[in-house]
Amino acid sequence: MSAYDLAVVGGGPAGVAGALTAAQAGLRVALLDAAPRLGGQYFRRLPETFHATREAALHHGLDRFLRQSRALRSLADVLLEHRVWAVERHGGLGDFVVHAVAGDREERPVTVRASALLIATGAHDRPLPFPGWDLPGVLTAGGAQALLKGNLVVAGRRVVVAGTGPFPLPVAAGLARAGARVVEVLEANGPLGLARHPALAASKLGEAAGYALALARHRVPYRARQAVVAAHGDGELTHVTVGRLDRDWRVVATRTVECDTLAVGYGFVPQVELAVQAGCAMGHDLDGSPVVSVDAAQRTSVAGVYAAGEPTGVGGAELAEVEGRIAGHAAAADLRSAVHLAAEPPGTAVHRPAEPPGTPAHWAAGPAGLAVPEPLLRRRARLRAFAQALHRAYPVRPGWRDWLTPATLVCRCEEVPYEAVREAMDLGATDARSVKLLARPGMGWCQGRMCGYAVACLAGELPQAPRRPIAQPITLGSLERMTDDPS
Amino acid sequence: MNDLAGARPEQPFDILVDGRAVPVLPGQTIGAALHAAGIRAWRTTRFGGRPRGLFCGIGVCFDCLVSVNGAPEQRACLLQARPGDEVRT
Ligand SMILES: Cc1cc2nc3c(=O)[nH]c(=O)nc-3n(C[C@H](O)[C@H](O)[C@H](O)COP(=O)(O)OP(=O)(O)OC[C@H]3O[C@@H](n4cnc5c(N)ncnc54)[C@H](O)[C@@H]3O)c2cc1C
Ligand code: FES
Repeated sequence: MSAYDLAVVGGGPAGVAGALTAAQAGLRVALLDAAPRLGGQYFRRLPETFHATREAALHHGLDRFLRQSRALRSLADVLLEHRVWAVERHGGLGDFVVHAVAGDREERPVTVRASALLIATGAHDRPLPFPGWDLPGVLTAGGAQALLKGNLVVAGRRVVVAGTGPFPLPVAAGLARAGARVVEVLEANGPLGLARHPALAASKLGEAAGYALALARHRVPYRARQAVVAAHGDGELTHVTVGRLDRDWRVVATRTVECDTLAVGYGFVPQVELAVQAGCAMGHDLDGSPVVSVDAAQRTSVAGVYAAGEPTGVGGAELAEVEGRIAGHAAAADLRSAVHLAAEPPGTAVHRPAEPPGTPAHWAAGPAGLAVPEPLLRRRARLRAFAQALHRAYPVRPGWRDWLTPATLVCRCEEVPYEAVREAMDLGATDARSVKLLARPGMGWCQGRMCGYAVACLAGELPQAPRRPIAQPITLGSLERMTDDPS
Repeated sequence: MNDLAGARPEQPFDILVDGRAVPVLPGQTIGAALHAAGIRAWRTTRFGGRPRGLFCGIGVCFDCLVSVNGAPEQRACLLQARPGDEVRT
């Protein structure tokens, strides 16, 4: 007998919506998140000791999320500062064990058992290497955002924001509003990426317009087809080389810009290691990222395991929430029908009612007789189409490789320069795995989270789903205690 | 800055970073406090001795490692500072 019906890993928009939906449907739910507060990346909150009265200024839609979080806390167990490092199927079907360590300093092993699992672990920034990208003062775009949203620290005084896609805009707007001098915003792709797409209708345009307005008010120039192709400084960032790019991101001209901080991001990498551990089938998104494959009800290929939000494909907070809600409905319906089936005497013909009893009339029966509200499915379809349009409009183009010099570090942790990667390939390494074995990129502390995408591109393949038996760093002591007592 | 979110942070306290006092607003991470104090590089790499500080800001890159009260290899960007903390880089 499991302690919970559903364990949710991740307390961002996807996880909170999924946990709440499932709890409202009557499931016993536990939600675990490594952070000290619910919110994930988008709704990263200030500590209570900041007594912020206008925190909503930092996030669109915060009030709604706060209502969901409050409701969740009254209906489910919310386990914060719980870092999940592994999930496994314990016995038979529908008996999962979630291994976590609790506490930010005094680490304590915690095991949660549940009949079903929702993976809502979000994403991290996807940087590209360039000369000087490891100089202090160079931050990921998300890192700059996290400093602001979570600590009210402005990343720098004179800041350049660079990368591709819609994300640099809110980062730049936030920094400018918080008092930084944002010298310029650089978009490596063309200027019309967004406007060309019919999917970009209605609400999203309004949000984008809001950022554009904020940038205009602070006189921040937005330059397309330009990128930071090198960062310089003696021990700390003092200036960057900005390249004007051709369509493929090859540099056609350069200039120098003084700045003490660079916030740079070329998309996001979904965090999928727990799904890989659970044995879920994986696929690739349009942006090349390995993602968890899910069906129309957010079910993965492993019975009882669901995924929502960025792990199923990067699409932002709104899509994450909708996917979470769908997963919550699906988990509730699946568990209900499992209980229903188990209650039937052996030999009874197995049948799944197209509409579980008590289903409101406006709910459509999804595939396999699942009850998911039709409007949710439609919203997900619209938001996914939008996310795909963004991936198409803001791809990473191959010319970034030309920004590298032989000495440019590709792997920050193991300090592997580009020339070592090339040597490995000259020695016959034809894929990222053998490059890694020969030259060691991705073998250090971050386990390839920062360089994995770049190394795969350099090796000429799509990044593979990471096999990391331990998803979060833990001490050996916790590992020992856990292997002594597998329950 | 605080105007942006209507924040009224509680009284700051100091932590010791390699013996030097660094102010912290209660609730901030050690990494955020260092960065805010203008300390942007606090670790050097094993091989090249390259300076490092915050990069990802969310605990995935491990560039920001420090030792806190004797516990080695803590991610400064994640660890909320506490009064009396002694940080070594
Ligand atoms: C640093 C950063 C900043 C961002 N800022 C913005 C922004 O300001 N605006 C914007 O539109 N988009 C932002 N994004 C994009 C973001 O991915 C989406 O907006 C949105 O937050 C995705 O929602 P989600 O629920 O899928 O994941 P998230 O919001 O990322 O939530 C995932 C949660 O899972 C937890 N988690 C992950 N792994 C584990 C584990 N092993 N154990 C326990 N807990 C775990 C994390 O702590 C996190 O709270 C940011 C992304 C990053 C990486
Ligand atoms: S800054 Fe990346 S782990 Fe702390």
